Amino acid sequence: MTRDPIVQVVTANALIEGDVVYLTASGDWTRHLTQAIPFADKAQAEAALAGAGRRASEVVGCYLADARQTAQGLEPVHFREDFRRRGPSNYAHGKQAAA
Amino acid sequence: MYVYDDFDRAFIAERNRQFRDQVARRIDGSLTEDEFKPLRLMNGLYLQLHAYMLRVAVPYGTLNPGQLRALASIADRWDKGYGHVTTRQNMQFNWPRLTDVPDMLDALAEVGLHAIQTSGNTIRNVTSDPFAGAAADEIADPRPYAELIRQWSTDHPEFQFLPRKFKVAVTGSPVDRVVTRAHDIGLRMIAPDLFEVIVGGGLGRTPMIGKVLHPGLPAVDLLPYLEAVVGTYNLLGRRDNKYKARIKITVHENGLETIRDLVEARFAEIAPQFDGAATLAQLARLKRMFADPALDSVPDLPWQAARHADPVFRSWADTNLHPHRDAGHAIVTISLKAHGATPGDVTSDQMRLIADLAERFGHGDIRFTHEQNIVLPHVARGDLPALHRALKAQGLATANVGLASDIIACPGMDYCALATARSIPVAQEIAERVEALKIEHDIGPLKIKISGCINACGHHHVGHIGILGLDRAGVESYQITLGGDGSEDAALGERTGPGFAADQIVPAVERILSAYLALRQGRDETFLQAYRRLGLAPFKEVLYAA
Repeated sequence: MTRDPIVQVVTANALIEGDVVYLTASGDWTRHLTQAIPFADKAQAEAALAGAGRRASEVVGCYLADARQTAQGLEPVHFREDFRRRGPSNYAHGKQAAA
Repeated sequence: MYVYDDFDRAFIAERNRQFRDQVARRIDGSLTEDEFKPLRLMNGLYLQLHAYMLRVAVPYGTLNPGQLRALASIADRWDKGYGHVTTRQNMQFNWPRLTDVPDMLDALAEVGLHAIQTSGNTIRNVTSDPFAGAAADEIADPRPYAELIRQWSTDHPEFQFLPRKFKVAVTGSPVDRVVTRAHDIGLRMIAPDLFEVIVGGGLGRTPMIGKVLHPGLPAVDLLPYLEAVVGTYNLLGRRDNKYKARIKITVHENGLETIRDLVEARFAEIAPQFDGAATLAQLARLKRMFADPALDSVPDLPWQAARHADPVFRSWADTNLHPHRDAGHAIVTISLKAHGATPGDVTSDQMRLIADLAERFGHGDIRFTHEQNIVLPHVARGDLPALHRALKAQGLATANVGLASDIIACPGMDYCALATARSIPVAQEIAERVEALKIEHDIGPLKIKISGCINACGHHHVGHIGILGLDRAGVESYQITLGGDGSEDAALGERTGPGFAADQIVPAVERILSAYLALRQGRDETFLQAYRRLGLAPFKEVLYAA
């Protein structure tokens, strides 16, 4: 059985709304993990993170999160990232509200 | 209750004006996030997992109906229609936009509320007994002293950058409903205007039960003595390691006697700078503000009739009422723990109803509790059936106060950026389980407390059953402690052993409850009493039997 490759995505919180965002291939921010740009190369990921960190008027707290590249698209590796992607489990007040 | 004067109003207005400007400067790029973060934290604004969170201070948990209605309006206008009552008697809003927060703070100021010092390494909101001024077991109302401390500590220039946050609790009753022994400073009234001063308690990573620093401090000396304690800590407390920076570690590393000597020396030095007569005059003024309400004489007949005829009312009355100092009145705890609900959450409609009911039946007095419920402290017994009917219509009449489903739970990883696991779903599932099994009234008094990380905002160390959520190699894992106690007999719970997976923690709790029911010496022996008699062994056996 082959394992899904682990990549990295640049994630942060939006400055105004505070919600979870991901960097896309076009350099925009998306609310959806599946639309994030995956980095398989560590140096490229670090460079993208450094660039994102300079966009302080858009986002807060940029970091690299591991994601699994599956046939269905990017999936979080850690459960914390799964909650960030989805929203809280007690109400559909997070991203699941717009799903 | 305390009413803002011109000084308070001007101070809050100026702070809000400053913060509005700071937000604008953050957005236009004049302030970096590193520069802005300490400023927003000083105003109670956190950035959590999915959104900003604004923590509103509710001094010693006391509110009037206008304030609760304002919180309801804020929830509707700028949040998602609800607020969350915290374990420091505050209210949190989980979804504000950064640009809306200045308006939210202005709306709070209109009703004499703010969010100052609900974060940061300062003296936080002073907590107190939610039954203050009403409990039959009380020596005197602790709120005038709590207010005195609030005024002294708010924007205190020496104490805005302490080594770590600093929490003070005050009780006027020998029955400790504020967990004084788990506070940086706990003040326990032992006679009118006389306090035992407890120092160095705390939960978190290194839980400790506080120690008596002063056996009987006169009220006139409260402020210079507190200033001496916090000043000593400010100099001696560690700033090299945030995990060793709380005063409990300072006391532990230096020894209680050393701390006492330093505090006494500092007290002798600064006490002459405090005007004792002015303190006493201010206390007298505050006592008048917290004067007892003129209790009504309401016919008792509806109470007697409802108890006789309505088992649902009787069940609620048995669990959610506490003896008032006036035999014709009761202290009502409104449970925010409907089975399956998020502990501490209250909708805007529910807030407005509670505000209306407080005006109609409760002398306009409302309290938030650290156990995440809401109290109406002065309700005539004859009004209780009508109150119960009104609460029931809004899903606020759950008869479970002090029982297994009356769970403290921190927001956990559903909201908190620091959390290592979720708390809320565990609380929801335990409550649903005990309700499905219909066992909680049989079990009797039981405090289950859940924290989603080692910081212990859910007070798990002092839960009769404590649950701590951790991240174990990328999987949520829940440790259990047993035998903790936040009362006047405060004790830290004992860890049972290895943690349980998320889908195993509720069955594990159920096994503990079943074991207690099987092992207790009759219904009069509470869970905690049975645990103290039996120890950990029989519970470990049912938890870890193959």
